[in-house]
Amino acid sequence: MTKELSLEERFQQYVDAENKVEPKDWMPEKYRKTLIRQISQHAHSEVVGMLPEANWITRAPSLRRKVALLAKVQDEAGHGLYLYSAAETLGADRQALVKDLLDGKAKYSSIFNYPTPTWADIGAIGWLVDGAAIANQVMLCRTSYGPYARAMVRICKEESFHQRQGYEILLTLVRGTEAQKKMAQDSLNRWWWPSLMMFGPTDDHSPNSAQSMKWKIKRKSNDELREEFIDKTVPQAEFLGLTIPDPKLKWNEERGHYDHSEIDWEEFYDVISGKGKCNKQRMDARNKAHAEGKWVREAANVYARKQAEHSKQSAA
Amino acid sequence: MQKELLHYTLRLGDNALILGHRLAEWCGHGPVLEQDIALSNIALDHLGQARMLLQYAARQKGESYTEDKVAFFRDITEYYNLLILELPNGDWGDTLARQFLFDTYNYFFYTELLNSKDDHLKAVAQKAIKEITYHAQWSAEWIIRLGDGTEESHQRVQKSIDDLWMWTGEMFTMDEIDQKLIEEGVAVDLAPIKEQWHQKVAEILDVATLKKPQDDWMQSGGKQGEHSEYLGYILAEMQHLPRMHPEAEW
Amino acid sequence: MSEENKDNWMIWEVFIRSRNGLSHKHVGSIHAPDAQMAIKNARDVYTRRSEGISIWVVESEAITASSPDEKEPLFTPADDKVYRHPTFYDIPDEVGHI
Repeated sequence: MTKELSLEERFQQYVDAENKVEPKDWMPEKYRKTLIRQISQHAHSEVVGMLPEANWITRAPSLRRKVALLAKVQDEAGHGLYLYSAAETLGADRQALVKDLLDGKAKYSSIFNYPTPTWADIGAIGWLVDGAAIANQVMLCRTSYGPYARAMVRICKEESFHQRQGYEILLTLVRGTEAQKKMAQDSLNRWWWPSLMMFGPTDDHSPNSAQSMKWKIKRKSNDELREEFIDKTVPQAEFLGLTIPDPKLKWNEERGHYDHSEIDWEEFYDVISGKGKCNKQRMDARNKAHAEGKWVREAANVYARKQAEHSKQSAA
Repeated sequence: MQKELLHYTLRLGDNALILGHRLAEWCGHGPVLEQDIALSNIALDHLGQARMLLQYAARQKGESYTEDKVAFFRDITEYYNLLILELPNGDWGDTLARQFLFDTYNYFFYTELLNSKDDHLKAVAQKAIKEITYHAQWSAEWIIRLGDGTEESHQRVQKSIDDLWMWTGEMFTMDEIDQKLIEEGVAVDLAPIKEQWHQKVAEILDVATLKKPQDDWMQSGGKQGEHSEYLGYILAEMQHLPRMHPEAEW
Repeated sequence: MSEENKDNWMIWEVFIRSRNGLSHKHVGSIHAPDAQMAIKNARDVYTRRSEGISIWVVESEAITASSPDEKEPLFTPADDKVYRHPTFYDIPDEVGHI
């Protein structure tokens, strides 16, 4: 017992000194479990997050937009993959993690349960959803677990085009026809609040946050990140000439931040619990892809095994 | 503007665009993340080729045309892609079988197009051939893997090949447009391509332990703008937004 | 391979040479059933932005790693061998760069 305690203390000291933890290093079991849960949730979010955008690839209104969007959604697949890889360094099995997602046991970011009915939503997702994700990911570049931090550095480098891509779509719309402007404003109206919810519950309602902060898995609190995002995003909305759907949004000189209305947390918990427009659609799509891919994955394994046996025989 | 050259350019551009469209439908739905990414890469290659070719077509049509106008404001009878490319994706085996049959054709075709006397087409071929070489290798490997994989995968991909076979004949048909441009040294003579294709396809199918179907009656018409019903849905989906707002920029 | 995971592909570690003159560097991992596809998957996943000109893939299971528990016996003995470093030796400035 005393020994276990001292190991944990040493671990804490090590992390406090801004050292990175690497896969084979000793770590508290709870640190490992927290990381696997967080990294895999993050990976699931990337993969499920492909769906609302992918459904516009075939409908993108110009060829330039089409290739940019396809490349962007493909990046999300890549990011999911980097993250599953990072989770695997902790001894997790990707297939098992995916199974948890498909069985509804693992969570993913609730924002992807909202629909993308118009083209402007592709702009809003890039600008707001990726913007919020980037705020979180920039913080995670300094997370204490080495492979996670490295995956994040790679992801942040690639993400930088995503947000610009989204903002440029909206910029083109607000400079366009009346119908296009309306489309842009409508999408901001729908995505603003869900984007703010992406940072998670307020700090006093976020039970796991304190321990994650202590272990330096998380480096900033939900509310800090949310505030940073709002402060950065409001001027960008002004530049677009769009109105953020919050009558109470106002710069607070004293705090040096924007004040805003209460977030509707009831909606947040409703959507998490399955009451979003697309929860079922998203999970059905993932389940279908996985089930229909089974024979393909199996065939590739069997072929590989046959080949390995062939080469063994011819070597003998 | 030469009518034949424009038509020929559109055939190549539409092949790339329609196949790119179909492959992009897989994005987010692949059998495993790595292959989702792989197929998106191939879709991006095709869409890149489509853009170069449709930009060239737009130049031929005149100053008021752009790649987007050519892609989004042409109707079904003015599209000249091969019919096989507009067929629905089906399962992974169907998609990969189509890739294999078309990639193999495309490889020999573009290898020959490198000798075109038309500088634009030649330039497109120079860029595209590297991508297409990779595609042909990738899809052939998959066909071998599925053919010589499990009993189930063998049966499934054999059926895919069998079902697709009647759509392959069109790749080698030549009309007066081909004839005229072949005489000018611009277009590719498809007769030798057909032989190369049959040989290569037979070789790969043999390794894959699959049977090469007998040539029988073949579908045709895509190159002349006579399409199946499937293309109409592709265009409806692809074109609806620009057509709903014809004056808008995106 | 159990019935449960016969569609699970094995893990490969990926190393990329970004340009000639540099060593291959570990970038992450991918899943693939065989080496041939592992190279292609690594290409699609890790070189989408021209990050590489050469790829190595190694089955993760084939890698033997030193244990962190052995860190001290393995690596601390080198710490006091300061005579392996050039600064250990005093050379008058007048001699110039050696």
